[in-house]
Amino acid sequence: MTADTFFGYRRENGRVGVRNHVVILPLDDLSNAASEAVANNVKGTLALPHPYGRLQFGEDLELHFRTLIGVGSNPNVAAVVVIGIEPQWTNRIVEGIAKTGKPVAGFSIEQNGDHNTICNASRKAKEFMHWATELQRVECPVSDLWVSTKCGESDTTSGIASNPTVGNTFDKLYAKGCTLLFGETTELTGGEHLVLERCVNDDVRAKFQFFFDRYAKLVDDHKTSDLSDSQPTKGNIEGGLTTIEEKALGNIQKIGRKAPVVGCLDKAEAPTGPGLWFMDSSSAAAEMVTLCAAAGYVVHLFPTGQGNVIGNPILPVVKLCANPRTVRTMSEHIDVDVSGILRKELTMDGAGDKLLDMAIRTANGRNTAAEVLGHREFVLTRLYESA
Amino acid sequence: MSIQFLVHEDGDSVGVVVVEGVKAGQELTGWVMAEDKTIGFKVRNDIPIGHKLALKDLSVGDTVIKYGTDIGKVVAPIKKGEHLHVHNVKTKRW
Repeated sequence: MTADTFFGYRRENGRVGVRNHVVILPLDDLSNAASEAVANNVKGTLALPHPYGRLQFGEDLELHFRTLIGVGSNPNVAAVVVIGIEPQWTNRIVEGIAKTGKPVAGFSIEQNGDHNTICNASRKAKEFMHWATELQRVECPVSDLWVSTKCGESDTTSGIASNPTVGNTFDKLYAKGCTLLFGETTELTGGEHLVLERCVNDDVRAKFQFFFDRYAKLVDDHKTSDLSDSQPTKGNIEGGLTTIEEKALGNIQKIGRKAPVVGCLDKAEAPTGPGLWFMDSSSAAAEMVTLCAAAGYVVHLFPTGQGNVIGNPILPVVKLCANPRTVRTMSEHIDVDVSGILRKELTMDGAGDKLLDMAIRTANGRNTAAEVLGHREFVLTRLYESA
Repeated sequence: MSIQFLVHEDGDSVGVVVVEGVKAGQELTGWVMAEDKTIGFKVRNDIPIGHKLALKDLSVGDTVIKYGTDIGKVVAPIKKGEHLHVHNVKTKRW
């Protein structure tokens, strides 16, 4: 029933985007003001302010660069203006994004001041904006879509209906040759054996176990009496979820039944081929979805139970929900209502088709509820404190 | 037929209430999804939407089964039809 093609923006490196943003990307917290000024000067551009980028070091600094370069390289972004306090790290971001072949230019503030930087960067952003707005969508096979998933403010209806709906859609996207992603490492606790069984070979299994154990150690090192105050969250518990095991078994429904896990990625790493990938990641919604954007994903499927309102500035977040109370009280946040599953009015296969259809419509340009409501949560993951 | 609670599969110790306003003493109709069959059950507490009812008597230390899988341990006795949640069940993991 759903089309095998969609209309997207084919980028210089062959990847296909479903949005056409001109992004003003600050390297660091100090460059937020100039970036937002440029976005104000040049209508239609999008600034991505964030609080980090100074005195980070080691793995944490590498993750910072990987995330910003990944977001700039995402095919939903047509062109990028990078602004940083000094030129060296600014250029590192520019050079990383330039590998995609897309237009990118860097500006640094020291020895220029905000005014000159804003003036020069605005001229370049205006040029990029005129160029990007003349780009046309072209017909592309659905296999060009990279689709990620993460659930939030889950409750028992997530595990019963909205998460398995994503699983059904993922099975269908897998059959079409798409590149898929799930993550949320701690939120697999109690169901990790099910992910291990799905890994395509021993190497992938070993890598999953490495990421799982690494996160378990972090929890163990920092927990107080237990993690039950955070996992499940207060919202999860209000929604009826009792333990992390119960939450995890619901969570895992999102990966469907057909696709093996072909590989495991560190945070913000891009996959290297089609199929279902695991990415080590926090289960906090904005952090995880930002990492999906950095890994190159272009459409995100987000089931919620109690009503997580999250969006992302460059990665459209499609929200689905099966809790009839949430659908009634928070309807403006929900793109796909699958509450009919609970009443036996909608089959899982029917729900999966409905979500697949919405994913394709989103790829074709339909703005999601989160986009229309202005949800642009852009949250960088930190591994430890700055020097 | 209208359904008030769902069970993932036969053998699970719990069902999930999927309608609002369930009151103690009410006779509910449940759908066992994997086996696609209907069961009846009387609840002993008010149970909010999304929350679980016990489908069998459970003692302290028993394992709670949902999705056919271990989801935690019983820390206070639970009677068939009672509300099963954080007050009587805890994780085994952390």
